Amino acid sequence: MTSVMEIYQLLPKTNCKECNESTCMAFAVALLSGSRQYTECPPLIKDDKYHNSRIKLEEILKPIQGAEETGLIVHEELCSGCGNCVVACPVNVANDPHGSGRGFGPTNEKVIFRVIDGKVKAANIEECRRFGKNRIMCNACIDPCPTEAIEFV
Amino acid sequence: MSDITTWICTGCALLCEDIQVYTTNGQIEKVEHACIMGKSRLTGCKHTAKPMIDHNDVTVDKAISQAANILKNAHNPVLYGWGNSTSQAQIAGIELARVLNAVIDSTSSFCQGITINEILQGQIPSCTLEEVREKADVILYWGADPMSSHPRHLSRYSYFPRGDMRQHGYEEDRKAIAIDVRQSRTAKICKDMFYRIPPGSDLEFMKALSDALDGKVPKLSFDMDIKRLLELATLLKKCEFGVIFAGLGLVYSIKEDIHILSGLISKLNELSDFSLIPMVGHFNMRGFNHNLFNETGYIHKVKFTDKGPVSGVEYSIIEQLKGNADAILVIGSDPLASLPGALSKRMEDIPLILIDPCENLTTRAADVTIPCIASGIEEGGTAYRMDGEIIELSPFIQSKGMSDEMIIQRIIKEIN
Repeated sequence: MTSVMEIYQLLPKTNCKECNESTCMAFAVALLSGSRQYTECPPLIKDDKYHNSRIKLEEILKPIQGAEETGLIVHEELCSGCGNCVVACPVNVANDPHGSGRGFGPTNEKVIFRVIDGKVKAANIEECRRFGKNRIMCNACIDPCPTEAIEFV
Repeated sequence: MSDITTWICTGCALLCEDIQVYTTNGQIEKVEHACIMGKSRLTGCKHTAKPMIDHNDVTVDKAISQAANILKNAHNPVLYGWGNSTSQAQIAGIELARVLNAVIDSTSSFCQGITINEILQGQIPSCTLEEVREKADVILYWGADPMSSHPRHLSRYSYFPRGDMRQHGYEEDRKAIAIDVRQSRTAKICKDMFYRIPPGSDLEFMKALSDALDGKVPKLSFDMDIKRLLELATLLKKCEFGVIFAGLGLVYSIKEDIHILSGLISKLNELSDFSLIPMVGHFNMRGFNHNLFNETGYIHKVKFTDKGPVSGVEYSIIEQLKGNADAILVIGSDPLASLPGALSKRMEDIPLILIDPCENLTTRAADVTIPCIASGIEEGGTAYRMDGEIIELSPFIQSKGMSDEMIIQRIIKEIN
């Protein structure tokens, strides 16, 4: 998973404030959360000496762009559709105890995870325990994934 | 679930029965709940097989006649494959072997046959996957990596689901243990309950575990903390309902010493309640063993003679290809992709008939190719799940082609 330090190391580190953030570190945090784009850093875009940094940033920030509001990313290319997350997710179990909770495919639309065409898809993300005011750092979907196809950023 | 139409997946021997398939004009648009292996099997071949003789296009009737001729004129024909056929096709295949006085064998002769034989002979207790889901509190994956070979195994039955007696599921009520030579995907899920052993040392580990169960101090020639082994023995003793999923790693390592595994399971059953389920690969590989056992009393490596069926190592596909075979019929298998090169080469030297829905590596070497429709997708029937339960398959796509069972019946008719 991409860290804020990894992003920071690729920024100009001059704290010029041209992006309206107080420091380059604050801008790195905003990039990681997905609230800002790296193209909003004027020196990074204008100066050719940051060419390699731009390419690297584009590459490491790509997965974050696909993240849900909770920061959930499913790397479909890694997913084998095993359904461990479908059965382990506490929201799936609570909303579909006789389907997902018992190891079957989900039997209603209230679940977060379901496997379609051999790949897991996420929906109803507002139901995720990582969402909203009382959010908790639930790892129930990441932990049983054998291919590390699910991550939160 | 009752108001939703669900189908059986024939991607592997788990035969998941909760699959939803959406079709438009006979084409599959979407598959829900199946893993990537199941989806791949259900959505069909990349290239469908065509009827051919010597790589020239012919009609299906001509290809069947040519296959019947080859088999009729052969002195020692071998019928091989059967893992991806329904029980009905397998029973027809056994009849064909009887008509031809042929050798009939399946992939089980170098796969899970040895464990299935012990179960059928009553030497090793087994149970159903439903029992595993409802009751099992200790699950031992030995030389098996279901996360790679049967992706839904853990989520569907063995570890993650809540069962009647395991309401808290994997979080509190179940312990998963992996014994393997490498940290497989399954071993990663087992975390600190992964026991890494050197290749080929399963018997030594088994004996050490047996000593630990007897309260003796176990000895191991390889590096492993004995305390961990004692912890494992304590866990196995205390369990209420344990299951060992035996993979090919275990089967290949113990070879003919299956009695040591039977002995360990007997000992475990004196202390608690233990069963074994073989990790069967192809969707009806176990069915072949059951059907042949019902017909002949043997599970594989069978030769039909005028005096009746006989079985022995010399009738395994491997020994036959090394020696006597002068024609081979392959059905629902791709031996050129799975058998060692020298044996594949031998297959190219003798007349080779292939019955399969898809083009594969064996098609390239086949003298006669007969396309069939896909079992469990375009044709119904029954199959044995990896735990020996009989599952009814229903077709969800209409097809005009011939099933493998019909093709075998036609060959029998032409021979007679």
